[in-house]
Amino acid sequence: MSRLLMCPPDYYGIEYEINPWMRVSNQSDGDRARTQWQALTQVLEKEIGVKLEFIEPMPGLPDLVFTANAGVLHDGKAVPSRFRHPERQREESHFIDWFTKKGYEVISLDGEWNFEGAGDLLGFPEFWFGGYRQRSDIRAYDQLSTIFSTRILPVELVDQRFYHLDTCLCPLSGGELLYFPHAFDAYAQTVIASHVEQNKLFAVPSSEAERFACNAVCVDKQVVLPTGCPETMEWLAQHGYTPHPVELDEFLKAGGSAKCLTLALD
Amino acid sequence: MTSQTVTLQGHIIDSLILAKVLDTIVMLGGTFSLSDVVIGTKREDSSHATIRIEAPSTDLLQDILTAIQPHGAVAEAEQDCTVVSAPADGILPEDFYASSHLATQIRWEGKWLDVLQPEMDLAILLKTSPLSATMVPMGAVKKGELIVTGRKGIRVFPLERPKERDVFGFMEAQVSSERPHRHILADIAKRMKAIHQNRTGSNSPEKVLFAGGPAIVHAGGREALAWIIDQGYIHVLFCGNALAAHDMEASLYGTSLGYNLGIGRSVPHGHEHHLRTINRIRAIGSIQKAVDSGTIKDGIMAACVRQRISMVLAGTIRDDGPLPGVITDAIEAQQAMRAALPGVELALLVASTLHAVATGNLLPASTPTVCVDINPAVPTKLSDRGSFQAVGLVMDSSSFLRELARELGWKG
Repeated sequence: MSRLLMCPPDYYGIEYEINPWMRVSNQSDGDRARTQWQALTQVLEKEIGVKLEFIEPMPGLPDLVFTANAGVLHDGKAVPSRFRHPERQREESHFIDWFTKKGYEVISLDGEWNFEGAGDLLGFPEFWFGGYRQRSDIRAYDQLSTIFSTRILPVELVDQRFYHLDTCLCPLSGGELLYFPHAFDAYAQTVIASHVEQNKLFAVPSSEAERFACNAVCVDKQVVLPTGCPETMEWLAQHGYTPHPVELDEFLKAGGSAKCLTLALD
Repeated sequence: MTSQTVTLQGHIIDSLILAKVLDTIVMLGGTFSLSDVVIGTKREDSSHATIRIEAPSTDLLQDILTAIQPHGAVAEAEQDCTVVSAPADGILPEDFYASSHLATQIRWEGKWLDVLQPEMDLAILLKTSPLSATMVPMGAVKKGELIVTGRKGIRVFPLERPKERDVFGFMEAQVSSERPHRHILADIAKRMKAIHQNRTGSNSPEKVLFAGGPAIVHAGGREALAWIIDQGYIHVLFCGNALAAHDMEASLYGTSLGYNLGIGRSVPHGHEHHLRTINRIRAIGSIQKAVDSGTIKDGIMAACVRQRISMVLAGTIRDDGPLPGVITDAIEAQQAMRAALPGVELALLVASTLHAVATGNLLPASTPTVCVDINPAVPTKLSDRGSFQAVGLVMDSSSFLRELARELGWKG
């Protein structure tokens, strides 16, 4: 059974602006956020059968809810994130404590490279993509590749709206890939297109990319994604996936959606 | 031209990161050379590349480094070169750095220092007070002198293409007897005229070097060469005993190696003429005196003396005589040739294997060089010995000199 880490949105809110989506003046509605987050947990647990674990929310850490940025967990090893912005650096020790408590071998990156966890590092069993230039430094990926004995292909993110790789790229369990090409530079677009078969590649339309269609959670043939992405849902259905749309617009105000709200623990 | 070495590590090949970094360097106006590229053998292995970046200015180099740094390029830390004292006169320390004829710098106490007058196969001598770096032949090193060793803190600059869009712009030794010569001759003449004009107009120290063999006289190029020298187009002459001997033989007897140059036939006892010539000049005491006294009235040597050009006559094993002024100690001759090189901006190596290769190998790679010989093996040999910048011209020396002289305005 798949396990995901989530954090209740008790202290979630727009308290600073560190990406183009965040506007302190466009505050999230606490009740709506809680309702949407709970709906997501319901879909994941009840409809998909995921086992959820929870990290305790902390006052003053509004983005702790986006657990995808805690770090990367694989084969019992945990590499905690090293956030670019001081506003989120305060989350690091909290996540490290949780990884340690759960028995992960916690491995810190050498050097001063920023790395923002599963938000920027995701892929297929054979290789991973590592997003760089916006939040994570490319030089982190060489170390991560050694730590996890996995090939990591760095891809440059060029659109500030898609500041993490998981906002514009989503690998699916059957080898398919959802992505928004304009979020990547030309080299990265070539690399992505040359590593995924053409019929398995779906270029999400701009309107749905802006709804964070790529910020989806895929478990086997089930895909949880934000609402308002009909073309993506249709493509998923045509390729044997069951889409589960969840309204998550309160979290889009902070530049996050379904994937950002979860961290794979396997 | 300034440079910096950077390294790139990771899955840089299939992620196109290496391609992106190299494209960025070129797009911004730099050039690169790749060395030490190690490609991972297993799919999860990372690869490594060392890239040396060249840029025309420090600012541009900095722009390039700033642009490629986000893609993982890391500037390699620079280190001073290492030096070791020469253990004895004429002996270099083990692990001495063997020079190339390309522009070279060494780093000492944090600063890059030009090594003067690049020449291949020498060592680098560092003097600390006043600070200087020069190239030194093995035999000339003195006990205790500081010699650069190893490879740290040394950088060598690839040959820059000259700004002029002429045959020297290619700077590569293409040797073929089946290519047209006319444009090459025109380009050589153009350079000679430019140097001549700079010397007369603004007292520039630029020089044209001519190294030649006796075939010039045998084949009938003497008159044209003498005219070129008399017009002030040549400023340094390197040759052996034979060119001088046969040139003066022609002046005294009208023959070259016993052949009458006018009628093209051997004359009775002609084979003795060059010996009698040498003997005569030895009796007079010097080539200079022979010309000044009117004994030698025309030809190459006469023109050289009249124009007061620097001559280095280097002897070989079976020289007759030799003529006075011929340096018979090979190392001494090498040093005299080396001393005449500063300022040489064009070198013409004509019809002499030994002098062409010796002279070519003494020259920095940046000196435009032409090697003319009827035998394609000569320019090929020069290129094989490392003087890759030499333009090879396969043609008879007399034809070359006569055509060149005509390009320069000779009416003969």
